Amino acid sequence: MSGLFAEEWAVFPGHYAGHLRLALGALLMGLIISVPLGTLVARRQVFAGPALAAASVVQTIPGLALLALMVPLMGGMIGFWPAFTALSLYSILPILRNTIVGLQGVDQDVREAALAVGMTANQRLREIDLPLAAPVIVAGLRTASAWVVGTATLSTPVGARSLGNYIFQGLQTRNWDAVLFGCLISAALALALDQVIGQFEKAALKRSRRHALAGGIGLALVIAPALSLFVEGGTSRRAAGNPERPAATVSLEGQTITIGAKGFTEQYILADLLKRTLEAKGARVEIRDGLGTTVAFDALASGEVDVYVDYTGTIWAALMKRDDPAQRSAMYARVSAWLLNERGVMAFGKLGFENAYAFATSPQTAAGNQLETIADLSGKDLAIASDPEFFGRSEWTRTRDAYGLQSLDPRSMDSAFMYDAVKNGEVDLVTAYTTDGRIDAFDLVLLEDTLSVLPPYDAFILLSPEAQESAALLNALEPLQGAISTELMRAANSKVDLERQSVSQAGAWLYEEVSPASE
Amino acid sequence: MLLRADRLTKTFADTVAVDQVSFELKAGETLALIGHSGCGKTTTLKMLNRLIEPDNGVVELDGAVASGMAGHEWRRRIGFVIQNAGLFPHKTVAENVLVTPGLLGWDRARQQAKLHELLDMVGLPARDYAHRYPAELSGGQRQRIGLARALAGEPDIVLMDEPFAALDPLTKDGLIADIARLRRELGFASVLVTHDFGEALRLADRIAVMDGGRIVQTGTARDLIASPANKVVEDLLAAPRLMAATVGRAFGEGGS
Repeated sequence: MSGLFAEEWAVFPGHYAGHLRLALGALLMGLIISVPLGTLVARRQVFAGPALAAASVVQTIPGLALLALMVPLMGGMIGFWPAFTALSLYSILPILRNTIVGLQGVDQDVREAALAVGMTANQRLREIDLPLAAPVIVAGLRTASAWVVGTATLSTPVGARSLGNYIFQGLQTRNWDAVLFGCLISAALALALDQVIGQFEKAALKRSRRHALAGGIGLALVIAPALSLFVEGGTSRRAAGNPERPAATVSLEGQTITIGAKGFTEQYILADLLKRTLEAKGARVEIRDGLGTTVAFDALASGEVDVYVDYTGTIWAALMKRDDPAQRSAMYARVSAWLLNERGVMAFGKLGFENAYAFATSPQTAAGNQLETIADLSGKDLAIASDPEFFGRSEWTRTRDAYGLQSLDPRSMDSAFMYDAVKNGEVDLVTAYTTDGRIDAFDLVLLEDTLSVLPPYDAFILLSPEAQESAALLNALEPLQGAISTELMRAANSKVDLERQSVSQAGAWLYEEVSPASE
Repeated sequence: MLLRADRLTKTFADTVAVDQVSFELKAGETLALIGHSGCGKTTTLKMLNRLIEPDNGVVELDGAVASGMAGHEWRRRIGFVIQNAGLFPHKTVAENVLVTPGLLGWDRARQQAKLHELLDMVGLPARDYAHRYPAELSGGQRQRIGLARALAGEPDIVLMDEPFAALDPLTKDGLIADIARLRRELGFASVLVTHDFGEALRLADRIAVMDGGRIVQTGTARDLIASPANKVVEDLLAAPRLMAATVGRAFGEGGS
């Protein structure tokens, strides 16, 4: 397919099916839990209050946080189930609230009359209470539907495929087409589901077959775009969790490898590179991208993901909780040992480049404040932007204390926007990634770390406990060791961030660069 | 005796609403429970069909004791009419009327026959009204359908809780006349709760005046007028008496 949104349509069935599965599943779960629960507590004010309060508390937790919390709560599981669980919690409140309110709103005379004509309590519930509360309950279902379809886009960072994959990847790689596409489809799905629910509601109230038919057709139309995936991908169940050791050492034929990636451009490109590398050996590859740092690692340790790329400094600080500085090679050695001993994860070689944090500023700011080294920042009243992870790490506090940077004003910002912000002078400093193509393109000035406080960030391949048993996989990945220089990575990143190429174009380019002997 | 209420007592949160109320009702007889708000008349009525369970006391219908069967089974034998009809808004007139016959397991033919008979009797023929919804009816029509619904299970007794309170005088007169006629035709007994002596006068064979949860006097309207037992009964009669005198004088002057 070519033309408008061609890239996006190519992965549409999978993203859409994942989104639909999450949304419909969560709504169904919300109904299954909320209607009986609401029915049970509606007549008991002692319970109705606390039930509503509990559901409201869930609602006040931001969607992204609730989704991310599910991962540790469910023992490091990523993908469908944590997202499904969080979304189900979200769909409970509006349905529960409306079930309770709807039932409490049924006219008391009518309820008394129902008993007076000889109905049992259950008959009254079925014949009178629920039908009369139905419009209110359905209104709750519609609210839940809008919330769940929207919030499902936040499932991407916990590894569940959804329309959010468009949005997260689009935001990170500044591909606004993808962001727009994800939003449009998600909104269209929300509207369509609302219509479907409306038709079924009319069908139930008026006992109209015409509306039931319309609802059925609508639902079929909503589900249809997802079906192409099940036809084509029916056999693609994950196999990497299987402990059996493949005999072959060369071919990955018939194996499914799951590649993880965090949510920024370099990670998307590296995942694409890994995918091409493994597919060349016959593997079937699934990508879980847009994952948060700890989510990605937990998923690897638990075997949900087989392989991904992380950075020594990240593991050192975020997982090993070390805040002392270390020499570059020594850190890799210690990180490798720790990963294997503590988590059973294998560090399978450095890729060759380092993606460290560097304090960067615009030429104008550098000149105006006479900035050359980080030490020059001491006592200056300047705004510094970084990704939220950085300010939470000890390397920030350590750098701050070492150089006396207490006067700086830290601002958390998505890394996609940092470079434009510093270029346009909206902030004075950013913690740039050293592989980012925009450092060169925007003429950013990197401040020298004279005290060597900022830790090294060597990119290296991590393998799950199961994956490291596969000799074929190790063989397939081995050529990548040391194959990517900082310049090469920066060039690949600029293709996406500056030249507006797609991730797969940049991935293909990088693949050609690192495997010159392309078999 | 058709109905026997023996020492019915009900306490709500330390307040005695009904205190040892006893009375009997013959087949086809109508008893009015009359009194001011809070005198316990509605609570007494609802204990008869167990919408309220008595703390103490016994209700017997046709020799069967109320507490000896499930509440819903007990209520299927007793008609009940309330102030705003309490029709099920999502059900048609036919569905409303046929709820109790359905619960009693009548076959379809018997149900349809009963539906046509009752709707004709209350002046809302099935052909025109069976498929309407309550929202499409006037207040008086709704109350008539409520009456038809109460009679659909062919009960020996119908309980009426302020059935005329929400109706305009003309509609009310018509409905009172209808009920009187239906009683003659179908022969059911009834207990009517009202605060209006005029209604009691027109429909009841006997009147029981309640105050503070007790029956203070029972008798025909003539008995009460002739010898009110205490000040409560006298007060209850004061307004109708004044009205009668005024109306009588007006008609007397106009007529002569």
